[in-house]
Parts: sequence; C-alpha cells; structure tokens
Amino acid sequence: MNLPIADDALIGRIFREESGRSVATLIRIFGDIDLAEDAVQEAFAVALRKWPIAGLPPNPGGWITTTARHRVIDHLRREARRRELMGQQMGEKPNDASGEEAGTVQDERLRLIFTCCHPALSTEAQIALTLRLLGGLTTDEVAHAFLVPEPTMAKRLVRAKHKIKAAHIPYRVPTEAELPERLRPVLAVLYLIYNAGVGGPPGNGLRREAIRLSRAMAGLMPDEAEVAGLLALLLLTESRWRARFAADGSLVLLRDQDRAVWDRTMIEEGQAIVRACLRRDRPGPYQIQAAINAVHADAASMAATDWNQIIALYDQLLALSPTPVVALNRAVALGEVRGPRAALALLDDLHLEDYHLFHAARADLLRRLRRRTDAARAYARAAGLAPSDAERAFLLGRLEEVQSAPADGARQNRIDRPTPITGT
Amino acid sequence: MTRYLLSTYVADGEAHKPMTKEQIQHSWREISALEGEMKSARAWVFSGRLHDADTASVVRVSGSEVVTTDGPFVEAREHLGGFYIIDAADLDAALDWAAKVTRAISAPIEVWPFADSAGE
Repeated sequence: MNLPIADDALIGRIFREESGRSVATLIRIFGDIDLAEDAVQEAFAVALRKWPIAGLPPNPGGWITTTARHRVIDHLRREARRRELMGQQMGEKPNDASGEEAGTVQDERLRLIFTCCHPALSTEAQIALTLRLLGGLTTDEVAHAFLVPEPTMAKRLVRAKHKIKAAHIPYRVPTEAELPERLRPVLAVLYLIYNAGVGGPPGNGLRREAIRLSRAMAGLMPDEAEVAGLLALLLLTESRWRARFAADGSLVLLRDQDRAVWDRTMIEEGQAIVRACLRRDRPGPYQIQAAINAVHADAASMAATDWNQIIALYDQLLALSPTPVVALNRAVALGEVRGPRAALALLDDLHLEDYHLFHAARADLLRRLRRRTDAARAYARAAGLAPSDAERAFLLGRLEEVQSAPADGARQNRIDRPTPITGT
Repeated sequence: MTRYLLSTYVADGEAHKPMTKEQIQHSWREISALEGEMKSARAWVFSGRLHDADTASVVRVSGSEVVTTDGPFVEAREHLGGFYIIDAADLDAALDWAAKVTRAISAPIEVWPFADSAGE
C-alpha cells in the first residue's frame, strides 16, 4: 500500500480534521479541557517529527488520540499534585480509554460542541471555544478571524474555560426535552462562524470550518431537520462563492453573477438535503432559508427565478421568525414581482436604521423609481455602515453611478434593475 | 456535587411593590412547595429573604480601629433580596432549580458556583 507522503501541509490538514475529535475524547476521559488541548497539541508536534520519516500511520486520528492520551497519563503520573485526580478519573471509567479509535468517538465531538455552545457562555465565548477546541484553530488564528488582539482572545478563552470548570457546565449531549433550546446556540454559532468568513478570501478557512462542523453535526444528529437545513444553507451559499467577487475584489450581486461558475457539486448536495427536509416536513428557519437558496440555484437567470415561490418561502420564514431583517428580504423579493414602489412602502415600516443592507435595498428601490437624490443619500448611508471593503466598494460604485447618471430615463436599461440583497 | 448560590436582586424602592393578599399567598405557597421539593431532592442547603438594603450595616478595619457604618457596602440601584444555597450535579441541574425559582417569584435569578466545591 502506498501511503501519501506526510509533509507539513498534509499533517496540518489532518490536524484540522482530527484534533476536535481527539480533544473531545480526551476531555471525556480526563475531564479537563486544558490538559486535553495541550496533550493533543503535543501529539501533533510528535507527528510533525515522526510522520515525515516513518510515514503516516494507518489511522492518523486514532494515533493522535492514543499518543495524546499517553502524554496525559505520563503528565499525571509526573504531577504528584494531580495524582488523586488521576486515581479517581481512571478508576471511574476504566474501559473508556480503549474505544476511541473506533466510531463511537463521534459522540465525543457532539458532547463537546454542546459544552462549547452552552447558553451560560457568551456568544463570543461560544464561537471562540468552538473554533479553538473543535476546529483546532490556534488562539492567534481565532483572534485574527474576529479582528481582536491575540491576548484579548487568549483571555476570553481562558475565562470561558474557567467558567466551564468552576460552574461545572456539563459535558454531555442534552436530553430530548432540552434539545430545542440547546441546539439553537450551536446552530447560531456555526452560522456566525460561516458569516464571519464571507467578507473575502481571508475568510476561506472559517467558511470551510463552519461547513465541516455543520456536516459533522448533521451526521451526528440525523433526526434534527434544522441541522440538515443549516448544512444545506451553507452549501448553497458557498456554491456561489467563486461568482461573488469581481477581479478587483468588489462584490458581484446575484443578478450579475456568472452562474456557470457556481459549484454544481455543492448545489446538488444542498438541494438533495432541501428535498429530504421537505419530505420530512418539519420546517424551521434554516431549512426555509436553504429552500430559498435552492430556488435561486435552480434558476438559469435572475429573470427566470421563481419569485412567487421565494415570496411564499419568505412568508413562511416570517411566520417562524418575525424579524425586521426577514421582512426586509421578503420586501425585496416582493419588489421583483410587484415593482419597487410596493417594496419601498413595505420598507418604510421597518426599523433597521443601522443595517447597511436596509439602506442598500432602499437605495436600489429609490434608484429604480428615479428618485436619484434620495437614492444617492441612501447609498452613502449604506456604504458608511458596510462591514467589508468589498461591499463598501460596491456601494460607492453604485453611488457614483447614480450621481453621474444623465437626465432621467436616458440610462434606464442600465440602471432600472433591482438589487437583490438576499445573499450574493 | 457542586454548590451554587441562587440569588435574586431587588431594585431599591421596589421591594414593597403592593401585592394583593391573594398574590402574596399564592407566591408564598409556590415558594414553600418549591423548597419542599428542593429538600426532598437533597438539593437545599439554606435559603433566606433579606430586609431592604438600607437595613444593612458595614464593619471595616481602619488602621487599628474597627469602624461600623450604615450600609450597604455596594452603592447600587439593586441589592441582594434573597438567596438559596443548593447542591447540584452540574450547572444544568442548578439552572433547572433556578428556572423553578424564577417562575415562583417572577424575578431573574443569578446562579453562581461556590469556589470551594467545583473541580478545583
């Protein structure tokens, strides 16, 4: 058998994929997050030395877990202070240490994500812990992704881990009765991780990580329709990634995207999940958003999009989560069928003054109604609030366009187009 | 087992929000039923309700002298109004008790682990 050459890149990839599982297993065995993290880190350091010479072991993940476990045991033996702890924990579950190379370990990651996303922790802490412990990101990488200094992130992680220990946040999968309340923050964290990566190519790792963890969750909780819905939503959104940015890095809207470069494999997987969700008929917000994206993925062009279907899905979404952002998206979709005036009237009732996409949507509707001064003001407002350079560049471009447009009507073909804001 | 403090805060001046006799009785019945439940589950360690914060006094050492002053120590709009001390298997179990308490008294409950009972 020809094993692949174990270079640093391959070992790095294995680390990303396997460390969460190893850390989760070790936390279960030893009941200590720091101990588990350090040991898995050490085991990978050993792998970096050994594997390039000896080749990859048949089951790299299992090798890491076993090596890390031995590290912890050595460590505990050395530390007299911890001797009592070792006696207790090793004595309590004498069989636990043997099974981790097999498939049963899967559950360990499930326990860990519910601990990381416990509602008693702040959302920021939930995200940081999930990326650090399950995603195997270094503290520095997590800090970088969320634009905070490394020491701040390190402090946040230390504090969160201390709370888990001190307050005795359990390490287990919630019961059926608790699940709806406890699953919500888990899915929200995965979605937030994905969205933290949509600003541009530097976010590639975060989006990949969110999809990888969602896929793992969907495999571990096959009965939870919303978990599948989240995975489908992420896949369908990600399928458009290559079409989202122009060569100069600015944003390309859905209507202007080259649909030929959409990733068909992701679309097919996402749509298959959406169909399975429809058959299951237990709709939830993630599933409906996935379904909306599935409708877009079906359409050969903006004009060929089944907008009535999309509006019906937004109606359903609005009934489940009546938030102004959902209402905004619904209004924009409605504008595609009934025109900008109808959509603008709906927007007037929404209170989203600080949301850049609200102003972007308004600007676009105003532009289509040829109220150019109002449109320019709204574009400027949207650009001022835009969270990423790509979006800001796009909005400023539109602002310039609307300001320099000749007399009303002359460039109608060019500018009389709606700007969809429901994903790009 | 971890020991937790479940505490509730009252805003100054709100402590004597007028309640009807029925409301008081209803609330009292719910609270004593809950305490009974805590006791039979062996979760209850101690509980109590406090008078208003302006009944509190503060004692401190100043140089070699012990000085007593009018309290409370922390100048805040809200003060500790009452508490439970319970033992629970983990935070989720403690949060379940807290959920019952908050339903009975219609006020938010803060759940704090004791430092000498957890993993360390």
